[in-house]
Amino acid sequence: MTLRIAVCVKYVPDATGDRRFADDTTTDREGVDGLLSELDEYGVEQALRIAEASGDAEVTVLTVGPDDAKDALRKALSMGADKAVHVNDDDIHGSDVIATSAIVAKALEQVGFDLVVCGMASTDGTMGVLPALLAERLGVPQATLLSEVGVEGTTVKGRRDGDAASEQVEAQLPAVVSVTDQSGEARYPSFKGIMAAKKKPVQSLDLDDLGIDADAVGLAGAWTKVETVTARPPRSKGTIVTDEGEGGKQLAAFLAEQKFI
Amino acid sequence: MTEILVLVDHADGQVRKPALELLTLARRLGTPAAVVLGAGDNAAAIAAKAAEYGAATVHTADAPEFTAQLVVPKVDALTQIAQATEAGAVLVTSSGEGKEIAARVALRLGSGLITDAVDLEAGASGPVATQSVFAASFQVKSTVTHGAPVITVKPNAVAPEPAPAAGTVQAVEVAFTGNAATVTARTPRVSSGRPELTEAAIVVSGGRGVGAAEGFGVVEDLADALGAAVGASRAAVDAGWYPHTNQVGQTGKQVSPQLYIAAGISGAIQHRAGMQTSKTIVAVNKDPEAPIFELVDYGIVGDLFTVLPQLTAQAKG
Ligand SMILES: Cc1cc2nc3c(=O)[nH]c(=O)nc-3n(C[C@H](O)[C@H](O)[C@H](O)COP(=O)(O)OP(=O)(O)OC[C@H]3O[C@@H](n4cnc5c(N)ncnc54)[C@H](O)[C@@H]3O)c2cc1C
Ligand SMILES: Nc1ncnc2c1ncn2[C@@H]1O[C@H](COP(=O)(O)O)[C@@H](O)[C@H]1O
Repeated sequence: MTLRIAVCVKYVPDATGDRRFADDTTTDREGVDGLLSELDEYGVEQALRIAEASGDAEVTVLTVGPDDAKDALRKALSMGADKAVHVNDDDIHGSDVIATSAIVAKALEQVGFDLVVCGMASTDGTMGVLPALLAERLGVPQATLLSEVGVEGTTVKGRRDGDAASEQVEAQLPAVVSVTDQSGEARYPSFKGIMAAKKKPVQSLDLDDLGIDADAVGLAGAWTKVETVTARPPRSKGTIVTDEGEGGKQLAAFLAEQKFI
Repeated sequence: MTEILVLVDHADGQVRKPALELLTLARRLGTPAAVVLGAGDNAAAIAAKAAEYGAATVHTADAPEFTAQLVVPKVDALTQIAQATEAGAVLVTSSGEGKEIAARVALRLGSGLITDAVDLEAGASGPVATQSVFAASFQVKSTVTHGAPVITVKPNAVAPEPAPAAGTVQAVEVAFTGNAATVTARTPRVSSGRPELTEAAIVVSGGRGVGAAEGFGVVEDLADALGAAVGASRAAVDAGWYPHTNQVGQTGKQVSPQLYIAAGISGAIQHRAGMQTSKTIVAVNKDPEAPIFELVDYGIVGDLFTVLPQLTAQAKG
């Protein structure tokens, strides 16, 4: 039986660019260069490693996002994923994470999966909750925030490094996992991979295809509302001194003045 | 007054400081009610602490499921308590697990979810949460428009203030739904004896400039002189010089101490994402062009191996 792995990836504004908000207080995804979220590269990498280890697996990358999000899918395909699904619909614009999870879950059900692999968080919203929401909606176990992951037969196993303890966890497939940036460096696409990606299938789906009502998603369907967005005033310019032998003492004087020592 | 449910995070029988912060914030919104899960014999002591910080009621539940399974048992408990008490809002500490619990509770309650709030106030139509986004370059104020708000709050959002309340303990029977990953082994973290990174008033962090694992000695010495926690940049963690649990930044811990000292750290956007909301920022870096200097209140252009020991000696006085 072919192991069906679905990797959820997000197309995000470049963190090193000038990220900002559009007039409707949603993240500006047009004025800023985007890319495949770096944290989702780890998800693609682990999916590919699991597929390679299994010998009989198919890796599908899935994204919900605007037209340009297909760049993220291409990148994942050039890394080695087999096919891609792009959920794209104008009515999705402005969806909150609850609505996004409904869309991703529906798409995953349509695609079919034994294992869903996510990144630990998207680099723009940085919520890190979509994988948990997917598990809730799909009614399957979540084994999330794993720094190590592998599939043995029909069991997915991994290590979750929490605040209080490091835990070995396992779940029966089908399951949802998310992987951290400690899980192993993501591969670079090879030239061959980039050429091959051009021929790989990318299926487009809209809300109708998924049987989702447009009113349930987007800004109108969101259960949270952004009231105000304010640019943080730049920090006032501090004092910078060059150490000429007394730097540590000068710093101590500053800290004493601030009552830290 | 409506009950505001607070999930009380605890470890080794002790209430974690962020839980006391949540109780303090909850008092702005209504009557705090604490939820203490899987605390075993420590439940009574934890409940007493919660009462000291304003919990009128403490809902407790204990079962092997809370430690044997991931996330879901706590979701079951919190959802069932929220429904039974018709809670006005649910507050959870922003940690990896806290956010996952909150998200699933929100979905089950049919509630909107806000994560990583740095402040909370009562508004005309429910709580108004402040978030700091895009590596702290924007402040966003949001509200929940559907259901009882479920909000996760970052550590250090507020100073915990005692406000003794009844703390009436109510034991709850939880109906577990299963369908969870199981925990097959667990290795507790060995405490360094230093303050928790996310809770500390002062954090001293080292980066690639520290040069080697042994180099962290000067960072630790300064931290100990100041009673501070030790942090590290991802470059230092990736090099294997310091544990990942101490990483500060987007994929590490997000800290917001009174004082943050960065030594040998350039100040990449992903590092800033974890420390930019610190009250006072100090950096020591050889390179006058290092971007970290754009953030600092006080910066020393110099070698950390001479500056830090001199500062440590002064701090020890
Ligand atoms: C998706 C993603 C997530 C990331 N998450 C994180 C994260 O959570 N946390 C994080 O920190 N990074 C993170 N990064 C990495 C980040 O981009 C930087 O690479 C990293 O922060 C650099 O660490 P550094 O400042 O220690 O090293 P460098 O950038 O190499 O800086 C070292 C600095 O030390 C100075 N120096 C050298 N020797 C001395 C000396 N003797 N005395 C004084 N100064 C000296 C140098 O001048 C230099 O400025 C992430 C990156 C990505 C893509
Ligand atoms: N729009 C999206 N399309 C597909 N996958 C997503 C999307 N948004 C988030 N994800 C996945 O969910 C993970 C956590 O995202 P978040 O909860 O937004 O931080 C990401 O690393 C992705 O794997």
